[in-house]
Amino acid sequence: MQATSVLRETLVTGGKTVADVSHDISRQVEGKPTRLWWMAFGVAFVLLLWGAYCCWMLLWNGIGMWGLNKTVGWAWDITNFVWWVGIGHAGTLISAILLLFRQRWRMSINRAAEAMTIFAVICAASFPAFHMGRLWLGFYWALPLPNAFGSLWVNFNSPLLWDVFAISTYFSVSLIFWYMGLIPDFAVIRDRAVVMGNKTRASIYNALSFGWDGAAKTWSRYETVALILAGLSTPLVLSVHTIVSMDFATSIVPGWHTTIFPPYFVAGAIFSGFAMVLTLLLVTRKVFHLEEYITIYHVELMNIVIIITGSIVGVAYITEFFIAWYGQVPAEQYAFINRATGPYWWAYWSMMTCNVISPQLFWVKKIRTNLVATFVLSIIVNIGMWFERFVIIVTSLHRDYLPSSWTMFHPTMYDIGEYLFTFGIFFCAFLLFAKFFPVINMAEVKSIIKSTSEKKKAVH
Amino acid sequence: MGTTKKIYWKGLEHLKNDPAYIKNADKEFVNVGVEEDPGHSRRDFLKMMGFSVAAASLAACETPIRKAIPFVNKPLDADPGIPNYYASTYVDGGDYCSILVKTRDGRPIKIEGNTLSSISKGGTSAQVEASVLSLYDNYRLRGPKIADKSADWETLDKEVSSKLAEISSKGGQIRIVSNTILSPSTKVSIDKFKAKYTGTQHIQYDPISYYGMWKANEESFGAGFIPSYDFSKARVIVSFGADFLGTWLSPIEFTKQYATTRKIDEDQREMSRHYQFESNLSLTGANADYRTMVRPSQSGLVVSQLYNLLASKAGKSALSAGIEKVANLEKAAEDLWAAKGNSLVVSRTNNKAVQVVINAINDLLGNYGSTILPNKPVNFRQGNDEAMAAFVTDVAGGKVDGVIFYNCNPVYDHPMGAQLGGALKNISLTVSTGYTEDETGSSVSYKAPDHHYLESWNDFEPKKNSYSLSQPAITPIFKSRQAQESFMVWSGDDKVDYFTFVKENWKNWFYGKANSGMDFQSWWDKCLYDGVYELPSDEFRGLSIAGDLSAAATAIAASYKPDNSGLELSIYESYGVGNGTQANNPLLQELPDPITKIVWDHPVTVSQKDASALGFTNDGESNTQLGTLTVGGKTVTVPVLIQPGQTPGTIGISLGYGRSKVGKVAENLGVNAYPFQTLSNGSVSPSVQTGVSLVKTSEAFQLAQTQTHQTYMGRESVIQESVLSEFKKDPAAGRDYPKVTKWDEKVDASTLSLWKGHDYKNHHWGMSIDLNSCTGCGSCIVACNVENNVALVGKDEVIRRREMHWLRIDRYYSSDGQHGDYNALEKASENPEVVFQPMLCQHCNNAPCETVCPVAATTHSSEGLNQMTYNRCIGTRYCANNCPYKVRRFNWFKYHDNQQFYSANPAMNTDLGRMVLNPEVTVRSRGVMEKCSFCVQRIQAGKLTAKKERRTLKDGEVVTACQAACSSGAIVFGDMNDAGSAISKLLKIGIDEKRPYGIDKKIGNPRAYRVLEDIGVKPNIFYLTKIRNKDEVKEHA
Repeated sequence: MQATSVLRETLVTGGKTVADVSHDISRQVEGKPTRLWWMAFGVAFVLLLWGAYCCWMLLWNGIGMWGLNKTVGWAWDITNFVWWVGIGHAGTLISAILLLFRQRWRMSINRAAEAMTIFAVICAASFPAFHMGRLWLGFYWALPLPNAFGSLWVNFNSPLLWDVFAISTYFSVSLIFWYMGLIPDFAVIRDRAVVMGNKTRASIYNALSFGWDGAAKTWSRYETVALILAGLSTPLVLSVHTIVSMDFATSIVPGWHTTIFPPYFVAGAIFSGFAMVLTLLLVTRKVFHLEEYITIYHVELMNIVIIITGSIVGVAYITEFFIAWYGQVPAEQYAFINRATGPYWWAYWSMMTCNVISPQLFWVKKIRTNLVATFVLSIIVNIGMWFERFVIIVTSLHRDYLPSSWTMFHPTMYDIGEYLFTFGIFFCAFLLFAKFFPVINMAEVKSIIKSTSEKKKAVH
Repeated sequence: MGTTKKIYWKGLEHLKNDPAYIKNADKEFVNVGVEEDPGHSRRDFLKMMGFSVAAASLAACETPIRKAIPFVNKPLDADPGIPNYYASTYVDGGDYCSILVKTRDGRPIKIEGNTLSSISKGGTSAQVEASVLSLYDNYRLRGPKIADKSADWETLDKEVSSKLAEISSKGGQIRIVSNTILSPSTKVSIDKFKAKYTGTQHIQYDPISYYGMWKANEESFGAGFIPSYDFSKARVIVSFGADFLGTWLSPIEFTKQYATTRKIDEDQREMSRHYQFESNLSLTGANADYRTMVRPSQSGLVVSQLYNLLASKAGKSALSAGIEKVANLEKAAEDLWAAKGNSLVVSRTNNKAVQVVINAINDLLGNYGSTILPNKPVNFRQGNDEAMAAFVTDVAGGKVDGVIFYNCNPVYDHPMGAQLGGALKNISLTVSTGYTEDETGSSVSYKAPDHHYLESWNDFEPKKNSYSLSQPAITPIFKSRQAQESFMVWSGDDKVDYFTFVKENWKNWFYGKANSGMDFQSWWDKCLYDGVYELPSDEFRGLSIAGDLSAAATAIAASYKPDNSGLELSIYESYGVGNGTQANNPLLQELPDPITKIVWDHPVTVSQKDASALGFTNDGESNTQLGTLTVGGKTVTVPVLIQPGQTPGTIGISLGYGRSKVGKVAENLGVNAYPFQTLSNGSVSPSVQTGVSLVKTSEAFQLAQTQTHQTYMGRESVIQESVLSEFKKDPAAGRDYPKVTKWDEKVDASTLSLWKGHDYKNHHWGMSIDLNSCTGCGSCIVACNVENNVALVGKDEVIRRREMHWLRIDRYYSSDGQHGDYNALEKASENPEVVFQPMLCQHCNNAPCETVCPVAATTHSSEGLNQMTYNRCIGTRYCANNCPYKVRRFNWFKYHDNQQFYSANPAMNTDLGRMVLNPEVTVRSRGVMEKCSFCVQRIQAGKLTAKKERRTLKDGEVVTACQAACSSGAIVFGDMNDAGSAISKLLKIGIDEKRPYGIDKKIGNPRAYRVLEDIGVKPNIFYLTKIRNKDEVKEHA
């Protein structure tokens, strides 16, 4: 008996050696920022400043600066919150679930995806913070802290409180996981800095790497912790958006009050997260010349995830309509008819086009392996997912039970400004990350470099 | 004594001869320490400066000190923190209401109705409720003024008296002009003035004139008067444009009477039937069972036709005027004839001829003595349009030498006001006693401001043999003086005290007749305590009707036509600001019009048909266009609202807007419609039948509406209604019983719950709202605003849909759409059925807001209240999103002490306005949620009183502000655990033996339903079905 293993596809192309990996990734950190980087950072920073002004006006004058009203109590704020949290999910999925399933192709992309998660969660968290009428009290009253108010405690029934726990857990676990992975790579940069004689950089990266020594025992612990954290993160991928969806699902607002929300939200989150990962990585690989690490194969696999999750989301949309008809609850029936044909029909159909129809194009191999098409579609998917949350939140609220209270919602400059603020945070942070941190997990990628690579052969 | 060698050393350095010491030993002031080192000195300077700046800025951050001055001697009867109530009387021109004024620490903060009055019977109106804020109007005159310069009273009196004497000595003409005066003592003070200055005439006019009616009665019965009406005895009511529930004559009184005929239950299955024939959709028309749209140019003929129909039944000859094919008119005639003696026909028209026919109809029906009481004439409207018109002509012609305006503003509210205003400057003496500087006040040379009514003594005779008193509830805030005292001073009395004057008058007029067995002081005190003094009314001794009916018919035929094709204007009194005297009151400006739901705006209403023809469009967000309205050559620009129920071919416009001198709140808001009124046959006519045009301009305009969706989309879970014929068969007619499907069977939605419910061992507060008796007037809204310090937010914020009202009245029109046809259901019918639904926090037993608040800021009380803890709220607004009734209100901005809301919300932004705030209710900070609390401060006060008296709380002791303000008694509040309470009896509450204190009470009243019963939140507010007295159910929603 003889077993022949199938030859695996090369995950890193171009015949890279281990040394090449260190060099290719670390040189981004070591070199001066490019002009393109400065320009991008400049734009992001202007967004951040403008957004900060809008936040300040909101804090100083009140939530009335936004376009909310007596009937629509949440709109862009929670739309953006859910959108950003959703985006974050891809990072965790890639680094945790794919790790457990031993999907080695994830190794080139997990670093950037995890960074995206961290920044997206920061952006997301800013909305529940700013949307509070009294932020200065809310940020600690919403925590179950011992206090001097007698037996006053938080309300454990409230999904918003679950959110507080879900988001904070998610953020801390993701942050640790991400940082953990960075440690050996920081050590690589440190070692290279020592060789290059750049003491400042060496000491900074030494501190960042916690004095990593590369011993076998250290590596062993590293692997163990990575596995434990992956195990911890895995349920979070499912739980965080489940809990976010419960903000809606446990309410009695027609259009929110549906049991389908948890799986539907998780699928949507992964859908939008992968789209965002693609958007970012397609730019990064181009700018940093990482085509050989993030290959068409990666892009194709991610596009397949998008087809699957996009289809799940599409089925969920249709199921909602079916249940509204089947359930015979008049208010719910109206809520769904109003979604598709009411004053916000354009938002609904934007959502349907972007989320359900457009990803189906990826069934065609030519499209899913085409970088330009992928880039365009990844942005379309994220627009669609923003509309999904807007449709769920605003069109459900604006016409609920009593027709006397039906209103429309119009965003103000400050609604838009707050959203741009989070883009400012996100891109500033991502650009700083891309410049100062290794964007690809060198330690892991080295493990999938073929020892018999073509380049090596050529040398011999 | 020998010299001592003792040396006193100054310090260790001296003793040790330290070099540093020796260096400075000869200097008187030793430079030691930090100053020696210049480096240190700079640092320390910075340290000191840093500290000082920090300290100074910290000190600056301190809350500014507000002065509170304690009493040196506590006034008798005034206990800090305990309110006092004074019986008094609200009077605005001829509008009358007997009231109780609630004062806290010497400040009136709330008006309640006085149940002892046989006229207003404890009812109030929005204007009465709001008038407490007018007391604290920043625009009030601070003191007398001469030619726009502040003066003192002595100077003013001297100048006015000398000018009066001068005019009088020359034999000149003096006029005192006023609105209707209800006060007998005031009339005496004016008589004194007239006696002193011969050549004085007193002219009364009313902004909303009823002179035609007065004259018609003069013609029919030989004496000019306006009778009392008793709607409570009327089984059939036919009203031709008379908005008796909203604005006509004595709406508080009529609402009370009317409501008694609309209250039905299993035992009482009869109710009045009400027909309305009108041009604009009025509040009364909205409550009518049958409503017919009539153009003003047809209205006289319709009245005449009704006479003809009745005359044919009575075997009398018909009149020469008439009109065919008026919907519902024959039916009305049938019903009237069947209810002879218990019916009532009223009309708004100021046309004498038409009113003569109305009198004939009522006589034909035998209504005099039963529903119409000429033996109890009312004094509400005594104006004489002819005298007033003659006065304006005299002024313009230079025939008048001196004018005193008392309690009136004719430059604004008389059709010839502009002419009068222009002519006043040619008159040598012009005096105004208005308490604000209004349009008339700013055209005169002497301003002698009167007290606000809450600062005044006065007496009133609203009806024959019914008297009431008003007493000051606060020391005059400004240097104003009661106008009656001014009259007496100018008449030459040197010792004037109007209070003594009134008291003496009462002693002379009534005390002797009263035979009370009390000494005068005790009798007087009792009158003052009661606020009213009522004598039995004269007996009705029959009435012989005269009057030339055929002449009236000829006049009607001449002035009305059945088929006018041009546009017509129908002018009505605003439900909010009334005739405009209280226009500067933001409580009224932000009170949604009961029909249009518009605030802070003054549109004209047109029918959909005319709007389409003229090119106007409205969208779902109150966006419209401005139009140029031309009436009799006068042109104004107005926004146009498409109004269901508006008679095609007519344009509705309300009075009370377009004030030019009124204060910041209402200045130049809307247009003044008074000049559009014309004098026809000597009376002011509220409609214009020719020369009206409306042209669309290209300018867009957004109105502020508190309700932008007009129909209830056929949702039976919201509105449950039926007709009387069905109700007679089954008192549960119109009820909707939602079911939930389990795997095996269908069960009542309310029986399934995940919650265990609560047990209320003590009280279980509940409310019942009768949709049949609620007229939608809105006085509860204003009462709630005042009681609970609800912020007013102004037009822009209302456009952003952020009004703060805790209580609103949802007004739904019926639609011609079929169930399920949502597009059609969104459109109201051309002449819709209307239903009003007061909506406030439903105090759900399974409250969806409570579960979602992350910080437990909204919780359930042990008495069934859903309570809001402002201090704990962090403002996530999740509770508001999850509230199915959308009654929660968020503080989007800081509404108090914020310049942005200065003019919209003076009660929280000016020192004067703040005096009206209820100290028992927190002024909410920005960023917190608020909502109806069931007036928890009143519940608490009631419970404390009971506790102090060691007894249980009695039913009726705790009355919510909305309940107290409701003239129709549609709102009943009380303890549902108390089997004897009014609410328990009304709802026929039965105790569940298994769980006597549980939330699921057995409701025995078949009419009672909870809004949105299907979602299982189990509110503590019940609504009673709307039953229209119709033969058939309207087929569609």
